[in-house]
Parts: sequence; structure tokens; C-alpha cells
Amino acid sequence: MLEIKDLHVSVGGKEILKGVNLSVPAGEVHAVMGPNGSGKSTLSYTLAGRDGYEVTSGSILYKGEDLSSLSPDMRAAKGFFLALQYPVEIPGVATLMFLKTALNSQRRARGEAELGAMKVMKFVREKAKALNITEEMLRRPLNVGFSGGEKKRLEILQMEIFEPSLAVLDETDSGLDIDAIKLVAEGVNAMRSDTRAMVVITHYQRLLDYIVPQRVHVLRAGKIEKSGGPELAKELEKQGYENISGAAA
Amino acid sequence: MADSETKERVADLAGEKYKYGFVTDIEMDRAPKGLSKEIVRFISAKKNEPEWMLEWRLEAYRRWLEMREPDWARVHYPSIDYQDSYYYAAPKSQADRPESLDDVDPKLLETYKKLGIPLSEQKMLAGVAVDAVFDSVSVATTFKAKLNEVGVIFCPISEALRDHPDLVRKYLGTVVPSTDNFFATLNSAVFSDGSFVYVPKGVRCPMELSTYFRINASETGQFERTLIIADEGSYVSYLEGCTAPMRDENQLHAAVVELVALDGAETKYSTVQNWYPGDEEGKGGIFNFVTKRGDCRGRNSKISWTQVETGSAITWKYPSCILRGENSVGEFYSIAIANNYQQADTGTKMIHLGRNTRSRIISKGISAGHAQNTYRGLVSVHPRAEGSRNHTQCDSLLIGGECGAHTIPYIESRCPSANVEHEATTSKISDEQLFYCLSRGIPTEEAVALIVNGFCREVLQQLPMEFAVEAQKLVGISLEGSVG
Repeated sequence: MLEIKDLHVSVGGKEILKGVNLSVPAGEVHAVMGPNGSGKSTLSYTLAGRDGYEVTSGSILYKGEDLSSLSPDMRAAKGFFLALQYPVEIPGVATLMFLKTALNSQRRARGEAELGAMKVMKFVREKAKALNITEEMLRRPLNVGFSGGEKKRLEILQMEIFEPSLAVLDETDSGLDIDAIKLVAEGVNAMRSDTRAMVVITHYQRLLDYIVPQRVHVLRAGKIEKSGGPELAKELEKQGYENISGAAA
Repeated sequence: MADSETKERVADLAGEKYKYGFVTDIEMDRAPKGLSKEIVRFISAKKNEPEWMLEWRLEAYRRWLEMREPDWARVHYPSIDYQDSYYYAAPKSQADRPESLDDVDPKLLETYKKLGIPLSEQKMLAGVAVDAVFDSVSVATTFKAKLNEVGVIFCPISEALRDHPDLVRKYLGTVVPSTDNFFATLNSAVFSDGSFVYVPKGVRCPMELSTYFRINASETGQFERTLIIADEGSYVSYLEGCTAPMRDENQLHAAVVELVALDGAETKYSTVQNWYPGDEEGKGGIFNFVTKRGDCRGRNSKISWTQVETGSAITWKYPSCILRGENSVGEFYSIAIANNYQQADTGTKMIHLGRNTRSRIISKGISAGHAQNTYRGLVSVHPRAEGSRNHTQCDSLLIGGECGAHTIPYIESRCPSANVEHEATTSKISDEQLFYCLSRGIPTEEAVALIVNGFCREVLQQLPMEFAVEAQKLVGISLEGSVG
């Protein structure tokens, strides 16, 4: 599903990713862990195609297609989703209205018929319930005055609505208490499927108690330093990033 | 009816950007070019006006000759040659005022249909009566009979002068005096048509009233005059819309609107101004110099202005409320969008004269491209206006780094028990907001429209339902090409 080869990325002229290799097949959940400043967020923004994240060499293949020339909205329409670490507030735009606009933009880009307001509302309501997102929240302006947990749950709701083939969750656990983490993890686990790949980016092992990944990768200083099974996360928790041996698996 | 005779001059390039830029090819009856006493007489004669009206016009013209064009607004434009313009232009086919829609020139009906304003009553938006003004004359007014049943008068002002001269004479110029300011005085001398509304005591006008102003003829100014009287305990909601063809020349539009609200009356006046704004280089476009004022003459009366200003090369406009009656309420809700080289200097005046009067101002200014957008507002509380309150909120949104937003509030309070509040914010559409929308699949232009509509929401909510959706779309279209 996702094939990253020798990816070098610069931001503002400074090289942040220095040859990342990562392969995530359909049906799997991989975790990318790493200390602050290792390039985790750069990796997620680069995958999403954000302006200013310049791929200087290497490639990103998604379903065998090179993504590098596609704008973020086109990537979204093709089934890529990024849950942001810091979801953005948009005053005056009702959350439900935003979801409908986004969903229909993607559908239009794919040449599918747009969905009417009633259909979207019904669809959103069903998914929102499981994430404990109330009607009142859906009427509020997008993310405005939402608590940290509410914002992250809304990111998961969007993932469920857009039904992406590849989802990247950038530190979705940051700032959440244990109940909120469980809720988010349930959402993610419910999305696991044979036709979908997910990358969970996190600083802490904690989230991986609830979302058990097939593979764990350690990102340090712009490179995947080590890869392994779920046990690698536990090892990291015990020993810290400094004591993980440098040999890439 | 084939519209083969209606030439579409809209270049494909312009596309959605200004879809009202076409010209209707129709034989016009015009006054000779230029402005003089004779032209004033010509216009008055065309309308078969009573003698007092002609005298009123001539007096205004005499005063206008002594006035200077104001230069205090933050707008810059080449000086206007007032002799190089036509002051009256009417479709020949309208020479004998048609009594019913069946007699209206089909070309005109076709024009309004293209503008999205079908004038045949069956096809109209249910619940909206329309007066259609084409250059200097009103070509049709719909639902007159239905309004008549409840005593509401809705007709062209030229017709009101004929059929209800006493009403017009009693109120005309009592809110905006004929010599109020340079542009209003010019209008008083040469105004050609506009709408007249009278809502009798205790009547809640059963439908939205709407006037659609269309400039079509080249080198011609439009000077319409609107007078709305809401008698005791009545209610009326009125909306005006405006469009013009795309031309390289600048055309002048100098309107006057007067609202009178008597005891307990409420008037809601909404504007969707979409005059041609000029091209991307700032060439062409309408110069819009408009005087709008409402007089809350009675106790417990209310006047509410809502405006969505997306068009014109220059906008100079300050819809105001004189809060004379005790407990009267004035409101001003405004969205002003300036893109490319547009310049807007707009705001309001709230003059608190009566006790316990209240006013509320919400202004949303959006600047993009090389545009300059100024909010200019006055809140004045007179010594007798005890217990009066004002709340003003001015928010500016900048798109790109070449445009400007300016907020110039004047506050004069001569009453110790009054409470005047002013809040102002300036923000930019952030890269984070745009990226967030993009990453959810929303393309850039749609994302900008979404964010800007969110920014304007408080004002859009004030528009009558029928027009809110149109206005939202217009906000998006006006800002096309402003990002990336």
C-alpha cells in the first residue's frame, strides 16, 4: 500500500528526513516511534503533501503510484488520510457542514455523485455515536472550543467517514487521558481491514497497548533506525531511545 | 423567445467570475449627454412630475453646483467628468409604461431571466415581490395586486409621484435632505427611478419586497431613489440586488435610500451589491457612491441594515440610523469584500438622540489581492439619549500580503449614562487552516470560500433565507484566484 524509498525531505532548506525506508502492506498497522525532533511530523506532512516539505530525493509510492506531484486535496481524494497532531480551528464553520463539504469534495474529485445533506447527516450521526461525539458538538464551529480529547475524536470520526485506504495518525494520543486513548484506539481498531493500511505515529508506547501494531519502526535523526515486532515498543519503553542499538532490522 | 439579439460579451475567460457582465442590445431613449438645468427639466418632464418635484430638483441642482466632491474617504480614483455621462437612459419600448407584465418588452424579461430574476409571477420565488429597474426606469413590479389587498404600496417612485403624491411629498428628503452631501444632492437633482414602499399601520408585509437594479447602457450613470415608510406597528423586509455589464469605462452609481420607521415599526433592509468590480488589473467597474439612511422616528421602532458588498471598483457607503424615538433600535450588519484593485470605504453611523436607544454594528471586512478595505463608522450619543447602548464589532480578514484593512471608528458620547463598546480584530487565513482543509480533500478555492463564509456567518445569518444561499456563493466567487 505504502512504499517509501530512501526519502530525503528538506524544510526551509534544512534536511530533516535523511533516507527513510518504510513499507506498509494493506491489512497492516505499523507504528513509527521516535524522540522529539526525529522527523515524525515531517514524515506525516510530507505524505500529505504539505507546502514547504520538499522531497529532495527518493520516492513515495502509494498503491504503486508516485504521490509527489499531487496536491494534498488530490491525495485525500485518492484515499490518503492524515489525522493531525494539532487539529485546526475554523470559526463560523459548523463541524457537520465541514464534514459534508470535505466528503463531497472527495467524491466529486473521484467522479462520484455528491451526497445530500440528509444522507451525510445520517451517515455522520451513526459513526459519531460510537465515538461519543454529540449532536451539539457537530453543530459547533469546527474544533472551536473543543477540548483536546474532542478534537482528536473528531479526527478519528473523519477517518471513519472518509474511509481511506491509507491512514496516518500523527501523535493522536498526545495530550489525552487514558479513557480518551481507549476511545480513540477502539475507533482505530474498528477501522482495521484487509484493504487498509495504517501508520500510527507516537512518542509513547502507551497507545500501542490498545492498538497493537504488526510492526514497530524507530525513527531517529531522520532515518528509520530499527524495526521489529510489537515487542520493540515495550523494549523502548524500558530502555529509552538512547539505548536502542543502531542496527536497522 | 430566442435570445439571439442579446449579445453575450462575457469572454469565456471571465467564466464564473462575473457572470452578469453581458449587455442587452436594446434601443434606448436617452437624454443628451451632460448635466444642466435643461437635463433636470428633461428628466422631470419624462416622468410627468408635478411642479413642486421639478422645483425640488432644480434647487438641489443649484446647490450641487456650489458643492465640492468629498475627498476624505480612503479611496483613490481619477476625477469624474460629470459632463461626460448620460443622466437618463430608458428602453424605448418602455415609453408607454406597460400596465402588465404581458406588455413588457420580451428582451427585458429575457435579461432579468438571465440575471436569475424571472419576472413572471408564476416562476418567481414564492413570497418575493420584485421591482425591476433597468438603467433609469422601472420596467416591472410584480405581485402588486396581492400587496394591494393588505394596503401595502410597492411601486416605482415615479409612479408613486403620480398616484400618491402627498405621501411622497410628506416623506421625501426628510431623512436624507436634498442637499445632504455632494452625491445625495446630485441624486436629488437627477434621480430617475427607484422603489417606493408604504406599509400601513399594523400591517406585517406578507412577502419580501425586492428591487433589482441593473445598469445596462454605456456611459450612463444610475441615480435611483428609494423611499420606504413603515407606518405605526408595521413590518417590512426589503432586499436590493445590483449588477452591471463588464466595461472598461467606469460608470457612476449614486443612489439615495431613505427609510422611515414610525412608532413600533420595524424595517429590515438587505443589500446584495454585485456591481461589476473591474477586471484583475483594476480597469473598469462601477463607482458606487450611495447615501442610505434610516430614521427611527417613532418610539420602539427598529431599522436593521444588512449588506453584502462584493462588487464595484469604488464603494463609498454608510447606511445609517437616526435613533430618534425612545427605545428605538438600529442595527448594521456588513460584509465587505474587496479583491484585486477594488477599494471599499464603508461603515455606518448610529446617531443616538432618544432615550434608551440601542445600536449594534457587526462589520466583516475581507481584503484580497491589492484591495484596500476600510471600515469607517460613527457612533454618536447626544446628551438626551440617556441609557443608550452601542456595541460595535469590526473584524478584518486579510488574504495574501498585498492588501490592506483599515478600521476608523469615531465615537462621540455626550451622555454619561451611555455605554459604547468597540471591539476590533484583524486576522489572516492561516496556512494551517488552508492545509487542514486541503488535507481533508477540499480544494484551495473552496477552502477559502468556506473559511471566509465562516468568518462572515454572523452577518449571513441576518439575510432573508431566500438570499442567504446566493450570498454565500457570491462570497466564494468574489474571492476566486485570491490564493495560490
